[in-house]
Amino acid sequence: MGSDFVEDYTYVVLIKQVLDMDEVEFDYEEGRIDRSSATPEPNPFDLNALEEAVRLKEDTGGKVVAISMGPSQAESTLRDGLARGADEAILLTGQEFAGADTWATSLALGRAIEALEGYDLVLCGEKTVDGDTGQVGPEVAELLGIPHVCFASELEQTEPGAVEVEAEAWGATYRKKMALPGLVTVTKDINEPRLPSFSDKRAAKKAEIKHWGAEEIGEDPDNLGISGSPTYVADTEIPPPDKREALVIREEVGDAVNKLLEHVELGGLG
Amino acid sequence: MSDVLVFAETDGREIHPITYELLGKGRELCDKMDASLAAVLLSGTSMEPDELFYHGAEKVYRATDEAFSKPLEIPFKEAVVQLVEREEPKALLIGATNFGRSLAPRIAMELHAGLTADCVDLDVDEDGDLIQIRPAFSGNLLAHIKTRSSPQMTTVRYREMEKPERNESLEGEVVELELDISPEAMQGLEILEERRTEKVDLEDADKVVSGGRGLKQSSDFELLEELAELLGAEIGASRPLVDEGWIDRAHQVGYSGRRVKPKTYIACGISGQSQHLAGMKESDTIIAINNDPSAPIFEYADYGIVGDLYEVVPELIRQLKGGS
Repeated sequence: MGSDFVEDYTYVVLIKQVLDMDEVEFDYEEGRIDRSSATPEPNPFDLNALEEAVRLKEDTGGKVVAISMGPSQAESTLRDGLARGADEAILLTGQEFAGADTWATSLALGRAIEALEGYDLVLCGEKTVDGDTGQVGPEVAELLGIPHVCFASELEQTEPGAVEVEAEAWGATYRKKMALPGLVTVTKDINEPRLPSFSDKRAAKKAEIKHWGAEEIGEDPDNLGISGSPTYVADTEIPPPDKREALVIREEVGDAVNKLLEHVELGGLG
Repeated sequence: MSDVLVFAETDGREIHPITYELLGKGRELCDKMDASLAAVLLSGTSMEPDELFYHGAEKVYRATDEAFSKPLEIPFKEAVVQLVEREEPKALLIGATNFGRSLAPRIAMELHAGLTADCVDLDVDEDGDLIQIRPAFSGNLLAHIKTRSSPQMTTVRYREMEKPERNESLEGEVVELELDISPEAMQGLEILEERRTEKVDLEDADKVVSGGRGLKQSSDFELLEELAELLGAEIGASRPLVDEGWIDRAHQVGYSGRRVKPKTYIACGISGQSQHLAGMKESDTIIAINNDPSAPIFEYADYGIVGDLYEVVPELIRQLKGGS
């Protein structure tokens, strides 16, 4: 691509640490997740957001700030982010943030973005693989009073002060121009995240990760975490897997298809 | 005063069917809460509210404004926020479509209201408050969420709730809304282009023929397309094939793709990873064709043929065409 202008933008990427969903095990009896069963990793959709921010930075200049909220273990996810091209990392951590729903999470992340020296484009994944809500992006945009586009499959910087974004809505694909500052949530369509190099990983190990609490973001702790959350989980259940008793047909192909069609009315157009 | 308010989603021309599903569930909640049911209909050109009444709304708040002719969230947010502040509904239901999931969080943030995403069921507890049931952890866990704020906001997944029977004898009241949409609401975003290219109607399809890693090359989708055409089915695919660029992501069935619920789902050469199952396990009838008898897909299927899809699919086509 290569843009013919240079912008000193600050790209903010919101990254959540989640469990690797391919590994995680569930306790069906207790209705709980076995958190020790899986390795923590960055939310896969957020890696697409980070990759997009790094590409934009490479194209037009600027810097990428990764922000996460979570326990101190979430540092490893931010280090991964630094290895993949983020320039700075901030972890919102402390008891005041614990138990937050999407509203209180968005308040904390939004306040953290406001506490930066400036920002131009905020990026995050379309959803996280654990919460599955997809709400934090647009909630942060509303808090900041900036426009947003959800479910972006393409993003391009075509002129200073704006980006062009493609996303689906109302049964069609729309290409929108969004003035900056703005926020975009991305789908997996948008890019293929690169793997960090060994030397980048090593450098990220030693990089500084800022820890911020309620004071640094300038918010009353009562509005954060569980006390600031308008929703709460009353109960959880792990439904048993939806297994079915298949009629498995092992005959030679002609007989097999014949047997299948005896059991199922597939119909057709004719 | 209406206690349950449904956001009627349109695409600028027609009311989205999720709206009727929300009205059906809304009616049920109203009966349990002894409340009344209303809908808000915002559109660029005036739309008739009758279908909303036929599906259970007692009142329709309507506003027609150029600002509502395009999927740009902020004017819609301002309108709904103003209505909610005036009418103070107990619950606000929005469809978990792409637009609904993009709009609802902005409304929730401004109203300081709790919002529960992508619910598959709603109920009422003994205090008359909502119990919102939603999957999390990639569909592996069901959480029951309650909300302390008012309104209690929720987005509801498409095709999870029953659409109520249409009753043309039902009537209701239309309230024309006086809104104050700020000029700023129209700034910051503009639409450059709208494309209605290849329409892949996976979510609404009655039949889906899907291909997975058992396919050897992208051109082999032609085989599945022949079967799909014969059956009047849509084409689906598992994630690896989409990642390979063999087929457009609009066809991807699974957790990070589309969630489908057809009457018949035919999985060809799909092993049955949980990522894929999350998108199709609610299909009425699942038929699996796979040459590996230990493939997990057979545990989630109603019928399985253990065999090479390159032999089974052509034979299926032949027999469906009347060959014996």
